[in-house]
Amino acid sequence: MAPILEISDLSVAYRSVGGDVHAVEHVSLTLNAGEVVGLCGESGSGKSTLAYGATRLLRPPALITSGSVRYRGRRITQGGDPADILAMSHRELAHMRWREVAIVFQSAMNALNPVLRVQDQILDAVTAHLKLPRDEAKEKAATLLDLVGIPRNRLRSYPHELSGGMRQRVMIAMALAADPEVVIMDEPTTALDVVVQRDILAQIVELKETLGFSILFITHDLSLLLELADRIAVMYAGRLLETGTASAIMREPAHPYTRGLLHSFPSLHGPRRELVGIPGSPPDLRDALPGCPFIPRCGYAIDACSAVDMSLAQVAGGAGTGDGEGTGGRERGARVGHLTACPIVTPQVSQEGVLS
Amino acid sequence: MSEPLIGGVGASGGLGSGVPTSEVPVSDLSAAPAVNAEADQVGEPAIVASAAAGRGPLAMEAVGLNKVFKLGRGTVLQAVRDVSFGLYQGAVVALVGESGSGKSTVAKLLAGQERPTSGQVTLDGKPISVHGSRAFRQYKSQVQYVFQDPFSSLNPVHTVGYHLIRPVKLHSNPPGGRPPVPPGGQSDERQGYRTGPRARSADERVMALLEQVRLTPAEQFVVKYPHELSGGQRQRVSFARALAAQPTVLLADEPVSMLDVSIRLEMLNLLDDLRTRLSLALLYITHDIASARYFADEVLVMYGGQIVERGPAEDVTQRPAHPYTQLLIASAPDPDNLGSSLKAGNVVIGPGGAIAGKAGNVGPAPVGCPFSNRCPLADDKCRRENPALQLLTPARAAACWHLDVAASPQASGSL
Repeated sequence: MAPILEISDLSVAYRSVGGDVHAVEHVSLTLNAGEVVGLCGESGSGKSTLAYGATRLLRPPALITSGSVRYRGRRITQGGDPADILAMSHRELAHMRWREVAIVFQSAMNALNPVLRVQDQILDAVTAHLKLPRDEAKEKAATLLDLVGIPRNRLRSYPHELSGGMRQRVMIAMALAADPEVVIMDEPTTALDVVVQRDILAQIVELKETLGFSILFITHDLSLLLELADRIAVMYAGRLLETGTASAIMREPAHPYTRGLLHSFPSLHGPRRELVGIPGSPPDLRDALPGCPFIPRCGYAIDACSAVDMSLAQVAGGAGTGDGEGTGGRERGARVGHLTACPIVTPQVSQEGVLS
Repeated sequence: MSEPLIGGVGASGGLGSGVPTSEVPVSDLSAAPAVNAEADQVGEPAIVASAAAGRGPLAMEAVGLNKVFKLGRGTVLQAVRDVSFGLYQGAVVALVGESGSGKSTVAKLLAGQERPTSGQVTLDGKPISVHGSRAFRQYKSQVQYVFQDPFSSLNPVHTVGYHLIRPVKLHSNPPGGRPPVPPGGQSDERQGYRTGPRARSADERVMALLEQVRLTPAEQFVVKYPHELSGGQRQRVSFARALAAQPTVLLADEPVSMLDVSIRLEMLNLLDDLRTRLSLALLYITHDIASARYFADEVLVMYGGQIVERGPAEDVTQRPAHPYTQLLIASAPDPDNLGSSLKAGNVVIGPGGAIAGKAGNVGPAPVGCPFSNRCPLADDKCRRENPALQLLTPARAAACWHLDVAASPQASGSL
């Protein structure tokens, strides 16, 4: 089956006086129906820009310089050709947003209007996109709150009267208002503490199972994605460095950056392991970055790295030994290979990076 | 395990250095106005030999701290209830708990920003007084605070150098021109701070501070504005600003939670290095219990304003005794456990097959054990009486009526 959202060769640049900032460079990413794809990277790596670019939410000075985004929602294409989001007219976009692709924005503290009651904000979304009569819309708002486990009497609350977790749930409820097929979640749990975060993630998984939408989940926390996502894409300096199933990324990280990420969070379970971290800081995206942008921070870099075109290729070890053991993620990964942009990954190197 | 799991309640003193011999009687707490008497803890609090005490002498101590906020219309919020612990030089004590559990209020009480309703804070054995500006400034120079958000805690219109030179000047020239009294009669040339406060010019001190937090080359950073720095660099400036006063105690309130995961480790390593070199007594407040495992000597778990479990970091995280600690640990993302527990729904199977979690919108219980309305083991006694900390081992304690069940090896093993 064709993917529901297919981003190919997307590039986004921010025009600035000092030159273009290449926030997203030739990124291709697919999202299959019913799948959770995690997009992971540090701040400034372009992960939010990628998502907003693909949904046409960016305004100048941001500029989409290349690529296409094809969407194959049931309602919009009716089994026919995919719709190209980048070529949509304003009217088509308005129809697509919320109904087809909804977004849960980062930081629910700021995304809700502080002077409107929760009910009015949900009603706003519901009436704008579903054209329901007022009393039906009210009932819809109440069912949406039921869906995310907030008591109905909270409809008349203002955002400041809700806890951080409840505000985030309201945001999720609003995103689900028009029964979208794709939900993009931009760091939905970053400001929350772990118990609430887990509650909300479990809720998201449950809703996904019952309502059957696909999720593009953006976060800087790889440990979270390993548990939540089916597939993970690791982004750095505007480029994808590696994609693969969660277990492939966890057990056989190919790119040195991914390995660095895996070594930089403390584990709670199992023996204490040494934490290494990734020294250095990301490059300035205004500069032309020939080859791999990770070279200055990479412990394995060789001369060939500065000449590599950052297209993703099958991981040598993963593809060759696909039938063997140790590639546990491949049973459901027949259609999704483990890809990396790193030219030096050999089975030996990737073995070194496997977590004990 | 040959040791008895549950020690006697309030086992005899003399277990560790710096532990007060006199406990705060429960009756003193009732002096706090409008506190629900039923919520007071039942049983004498246990005397715990802090796991952090091995690192160095006691620097700061909180004894029986209570803080009650009046919310108006007769309602009160007991934000902190009978919290006692010590901070030791060169040691890290982690305060772990969810939002609203009272962690930051404890830090504010220690910093002198809030006055406790009852109980006291001592610094080098002397009770602190937050009256009188001169004494307070003196106190502030020894106890510094690092804020959570490096994006809002630095003034956007001032350079890095300005942020640092102010505390350097303020704390090296106390009003009246008297030299600052060194804490506990120590030399003010404490190990690590390279020189005495007045031995160098303020500018040189600023450069030294920037090098200390590894913002090098310092000449480049001193003229930068906050917006020109990354989140990690900003937080380094916050550390440098706190160190400018040459403190003995550093209170770090979620210092890394606003930063990217990949940068957190560097920050914690820096803090770790600083506390060793400068023998700082460090209070590390976090909701990330995994980082406390790697970074702290002792972990205090707070829930509903009180300490529900404390002990050596490795013990608490690997063999949590209190059901709340068990929930916290089960909630942390677990990469080794790909997908399973999330997809099975958010449940924690308690020892009796009961289910904790699904916090929903339930706050701490006002009466009895604060965790009783979320706890799989809760019974009538839990809902009626609030347990005090009971010793598990000399360095470990937990406040739960059902420790014999909750702390059994199978229980923690199943999580």
